[in-house]
Amino acid sequence: MWKNLMDWIEYRLPIMRVANMHAIQYPAPRNMNFWYMFGFLATIVLVNQIVTGIWLTMSYNPTSEGAFASVEYIMRDVDYGWLLRYMHSTGASAFFIVVYMHMFRGMIYGSYQKPRELLWLFGMFIYIALMAEAFMGYVLPWGQMSYWGAQVIVSLFSAIPVIGQDLVVWIQGDYVISGATLNRFFALHVIALPLVIVILVFLHIVALHEVGSNNPDGTDVKRKKGSLKEEEKTKFKIHEYYTSKYDIIDDVVPFFPHIVLKDLIGFSVFLIVFCYIMFFNPGMGGYFLEHPNFEIANPLKTPAHIFPVWYFTPFYAILKAVPDKLGGVIAMFAAIIALVLLPWFDRGKVKSWRYRCGFHRWNLLIFAAVFIFLGYLGGTPQANWKIVASQILTIMYFAFFFLLFMYSKNEKCKLVPARITE
Amino acid sequence: MRKLVFLLSMLLPISVLASSGEVHLDHADYDLTDKASLQKGAQLFNNYCLGCHQMQYQRYQRAFEDLGIPLDVGQANLQFTGTKPGDHILNAMPAESAAKWFGAPPPDLTLVARVRGADWIYTYLRSFYADDSRPFGVNNVVFPEVGMPHVLQELQGLPTKTTEKHMVDGELVDRYVGIKSDGKGYMTPDEYDEAVLDLVNYLVYTGEPSRLESEAIGRYVLLFLLVLLVLVYLLKKEYWRDVH
Amino acid sequence: MSNVSLDAHDSSGTENQPQDTGRRRFLTVATSVVGGVGVVGAAVPFIGSWNPSVKAKAAGADVEADISKIQPGQQITVIWRSKPVWIVRRTPELLASLASIEDQLKDPNSEQEQQPVFAQNRYRSLKDEYLVLVGICTHLGCSPKHLKDGAFEEYVEGVPEGFFCPCHGSKFDMAGRVFQNVPAPLNLVVPPYKYVDDNTLLIGSSEGDA
Repeated sequence: MWKNLMDWIEYRLPIMRVANMHAIQYPAPRNMNFWYMFGFLATIVLVNQIVTGIWLTMSYNPTSEGAFASVEYIMRDVDYGWLLRYMHSTGASAFFIVVYMHMFRGMIYGSYQKPRELLWLFGMFIYIALMAEAFMGYVLPWGQMSYWGAQVIVSLFSAIPVIGQDLVVWIQGDYVISGATLNRFFALHVIALPLVIVILVFLHIVALHEVGSNNPDGTDVKRKKGSLKEEEKTKFKIHEYYTSKYDIIDDVVPFFPHIVLKDLIGFSVFLIVFCYIMFFNPGMGGYFLEHPNFEIANPLKTPAHIFPVWYFTPFYAILKAVPDKLGGVIAMFAAIIALVLLPWFDRGKVKSWRYRCGFHRWNLLIFAAVFIFLGYLGGTPQANWKIVASQILTIMYFAFFFLLFMYSKNEKCKLVPARITE
Repeated sequence: MRKLVFLLSMLLPISVLASSGEVHLDHADYDLTDKASLQKGAQLFNNYCLGCHQMQYQRYQRAFEDLGIPLDVGQANLQFTGTKPGDHILNAMPAESAAKWFGAPPPDLTLVARVRGADWIYTYLRSFYADDSRPFGVNNVVFPEVGMPHVLQELQGLPTKTTEKHMVDGELVDRYVGIKSDGKGYMTPDEYDEAVLDLVNYLVYTGEPSRLESEAIGRYVLLFLLVLLVLVYLLKKEYWRDVH
Repeated sequence: MSNVSLDAHDSSGTENQPQDTGRRRFLTVATSVVGGVGVVGAAVPFIGSWNPSVKAKAAGADVEADISKIQPGQQITVIWRSKPVWIVRRTPELLASLASIEDQLKDPNSEQEQQPVFAQNRYRSLKDEYLVLVGICTHLGCSPKHLKDGAFEEYVEGVPEGFFCPCHGSKFDMAGRVFQNVPAPLNLVVPPYKYVDDNTLLIGSSEGDA
């Protein structure tokens, strides 16, 4: 009976075929380490953001008169409203933590190199859409930081020559940040951008499964059809979509249950940290929820210090480092575009940093440190020494890409093993 | 070693720079589980603050429930006549005239502890001092040029700023060391500190009424997740025995 | 479809695997159960948040009604949870007449649960004199009219006073009991209420409630 029903559906809609192909019998390198769980976690956090977001929308009031009060209404009057709100606000920061880890994983193991350039591009588009989503979401509570953060970010566009001022007014829908701005940001935050992000995530996964997962060795687990002896092939059941095109070497595991269980461990650890923050310290000392944002937006009173939320601060530091308005904006966007173009800055053939030159490893580690330090500079009150520091670090940020471009052409790499080593 | 000293001396101006301009804040050792303290805080708020500052997001009834105040007791002692238990804690002062009297409308205090922090309020309420140049005759160390009178003066008495002479760079400079009451208040300095702490406790509570519930649920959730982690770990180990 | 199961690859037989299916099955079931509990727990806030909020509850809070000024035979209306609640002060004659029409009623003894336990009597009230009803017809939610001084006789012969619903012609007596052969299936609802003192009614909670 059950089987007949399932067959009836399967004949008309390939649910099991697709599930087998992409979620069960997908060949995954068996040496994928903890760095590989962040993609899974990002998906989970995305679902959390969408579901809690839908529920918050049920009680939120997107007007400049009612927004702030409706957030407090959610926090106080709606049953478990505080929990839904903290799930969403903690989830926003968690999203960026997870995505930054995911990106750094891609960088150290060369997951952006041929043939995964498009995969990286889709990932970067997700990242950019996510930044827009987070920015607009932060405006919605209509606190002081919402207002003045929006003011600063939208004013960036005024640096564009000729059309800048008009463009800012057009984005705001008013001469200042106002209820009109709030309304359109609300629409973009709850409908447009989530849709874009979900579609991009879908494309990201399709592109990943087309070329296959990279691994910490950077060794390909797919071989030319007919090149492997029977005993060298994997004994696990892999979907014929993959086995009909390639011979899959005995270094893979099926995505389900092996990779899923591995990811679930990461997921459990992640949840413990996430829930600890959410239940015990959702403001994270002002980093996840900034203190001035508990005061209603006041267009006549600027808070003493305006910082974006922590996940934007590295780029904010680059913006402030350049002593010229247009130059700063250009530098900031260039910093993001440089990341987008990473596959073309790296001219190397070896993927993983395990087998690349020592200089490459240092370059990566210093880049990570520079990024974090820029974040610190962009998120703390202004001081004289910080201007110089952020200028030096901005140069170091871009130097990463320049150096990579230079040394990767004729880099002395170690021999990449033919089989996965662990 | 000399290098180290040099480095430290380089760092010194930075740390001095970082601390200048900021007044040292006393630590407010509040306790959200101390219902007696919260109740006293609520009483103080209604008696001394509510005349000017509202709590437009906090409902009486919620405060009564969370603070363990029986409804009839709360209604009799903490509510204006004519207000319902489900009402928000509001006052009758029109915002425009308030702005005229004080230069700016007195801010809503529901969330003040989340904006300023408990330590700031605790220090602020204990840092008023007599200053004849100000419209209300008082100024504040933490909030210079403050626009409000010292409403707790009948409790604390009139405080004055005390300074000590210190040598800085060869010059004798007055340094602020604290405030001293003229002793004409109802309370001793210790009682006053205690009362302010009760008030701060109440303000921390109204800033986030779900705090204790959140932590209570959180403990169970974390315990549950630890169990889940162990199980998932064992299951993963079990399946990965197939590999290699 | 068998390859959906957790033991999917067993059939393909990996070498040298010390299979312990008992342990594997136990851990699978245990993890699934605990995970299921987690999913249910995670659903709690989402389901709970659909309950009436404190704001809605405050708006639907108990309502006090001053009954000291109601003359015998008179009716007042108060609003409780956005619904009209009637309070009628019935005369002794009216109360006496209620017994005589019971053969024309659908549920004269208030057997259907349309009232708090204290009102499951002929007069459907706590004190016989005062009738308290939610003024919403049990048919399709219109608000019936109070017809008195013989105006009701047009609809029920020999009964001078009652409630008549203009929408579909349902008829109720002066205890809110529904007549036979009308669209309304049930007696009018008696809300929970109690006397705070002789002159004041509290609508929304009854004596046992707290």
